[in-house]
Amino acid sequence: MGQTLEEKQKKEKAYQQYVKEKTPQHNVFANMCKAFVVGGIICTIGQAILNYCESRGMDDIQSGAWTSMMLVLLSVILTGFNIYPGIAKWGGAGALVPITGFANSVASPAIEYKKEGQVFGIGCKIFTIAGPVILYGIFTSWTLGLIYYLLMKVGVQL
Amino acid sequence: MSSMTRGSQSIYFGEPPYILSSGSVVGKKEGEGPLGTQFDMVDESNMLGEETWEAAESTMQKEASLLAIGKAGLKPQDIRYLYGGDLLRQGIATSMGVEALQIPMFGLFGACSTSGEALALSAMSVAAGYGDRILAVTSSHFGSAEKEFRFPLGYATQRPLSAQWTVTGSGAFVVGLDKSHIRISGVTIGKIVDYGLKDSQNMGACMAPAACDTIMRNFEDFGRTGEEYDHIITGDLGYIGSEILHDLIKKKGNDIADKHLDCGKLIFDQETQDTHAGGSGCGCAATTLAAHILSKVEQGEWKRILFVPTGALMSTVSYNEGESVPGIAHGVVIEHC
Repeated sequence: MGQTLEEKQKKEKAYQQYVKEKTPQHNVFANMCKAFVVGGIICTIGQAILNYCESRGMDDIQSGAWTSMMLVLLSVILTGFNIYPGIAKWGGAGALVPITGFANSVASPAIEYKKEGQVFGIGCKIFTIAGPVILYGIFTSWTLGLIYYLLMKVGVQL
Repeated sequence: MSSMTRGSQSIYFGEPPYILSSGSVVGKKEGEGPLGTQFDMVDESNMLGEETWEAAESTMQKEASLLAIGKAGLKPQDIRYLYGGDLLRQGIATSMGVEALQIPMFGLFGACSTSGEALALSAMSVAAGYGDRILAVTSSHFGSAEKEFRFPLGYATQRPLSAQWTVTGSGAFVVGLDKSHIRISGVTIGKIVDYGLKDSQNMGACMAPAACDTIMRNFEDFGRTGEEYDHIITGDLGYIGSEILHDLIKKKGNDIADKHLDCGKLIFDQETQDTHAGGSGCGCAATTLAAHILSKVEQGEWKRILFVPTGALMSTVSYNEGESVPGIAHGVVIEHC
């Protein structure tokens, strides 16, 4: 085409910059406010479950486990009825970050890929979205554990 | 140079083939849109009696094909060849959808530009004498496209404002020698144009340079200006891509803003249907052409239009491997006669 690689890159860069200016973005401040409201509501529900469990005489660990399970169940049910995506569309990260978002990211592939079978559908693809979180979550905790162990060995008190 | 070629990328048909008929099948959201009453068939369930998105899309192609063939007063065995394609891996919507028709077929992949590619090839085949009647068909489905390119439908995420909404729909066209009021007088086959954009959620911007390239090439090859078209109608640039196209064409010393329409803007209501940057998908351009544009040409309201469906040629693998999203656009000159 008679244009050098440098010219091509320059042209592409100019276009990318131009597209960036042309493309509207979600309002970050409004999104943060909505995320605060939705995330806050989810956490308040969690707190209510926790308080109820404790009022029934469960200890901290038991209450925490029940709280997580109830929130996950709630999210999976709302995903099944196609309500959770609507909450996330409005609430953004407020719906994504709590444990309910994680539950949604596992439940939604299970629903979508069910038609491809129990093994190759649900089995292989249920963690397509949550997989990276699980892998790197475990890897990070393992790394931190190792560092903790080594520090302990050299006598550092944490 | 052979007698029908024009310029470097175009063909001018000495005996322009006719578009004998068209068929359009769409889903619920499209049926509720501004063109809702003009489609031949609206399926409120989006499933067409099938169990999966993919099977539903296949059935849409079959129904659209049968509608087009039937409206021309023909039977599947009257069709010599079929050009068809879709967005799914290995083009399964087409191959499984048209199997029942038993028409010798060519499978295409041009992403959302497939309607233009299929129509161009159909017109070329008819003009060359390879068949008296050829069927062009394409489709897309919101469910199967989201699954193929993005996330499961139930996944909680916020779509960017530049994202476009894949049209659930299929359009089919019978191109042939029998007379009608619509002719394909020429085509301009597009090149791949890549400006290095990597954002597959901003496809309008990825495809606009390709549309610009094909439109300018069409003007040059046919020695025309925008004035000689009633409308220049792109496939699915949407709101952002359309604005970019106007700017790009202006830079080349032309202005098509007042002539330009985009199927992605026509098919959904921007105020009420919450599609963000407009419609997209093979079905977007195909069903808008079949249901809306062709009737305007047939009635003579529009004498000559340039139909330019646009495609973003990426896959999930190329995207994950950091490749950019190349664009392509094919121009089909459609005239009233």
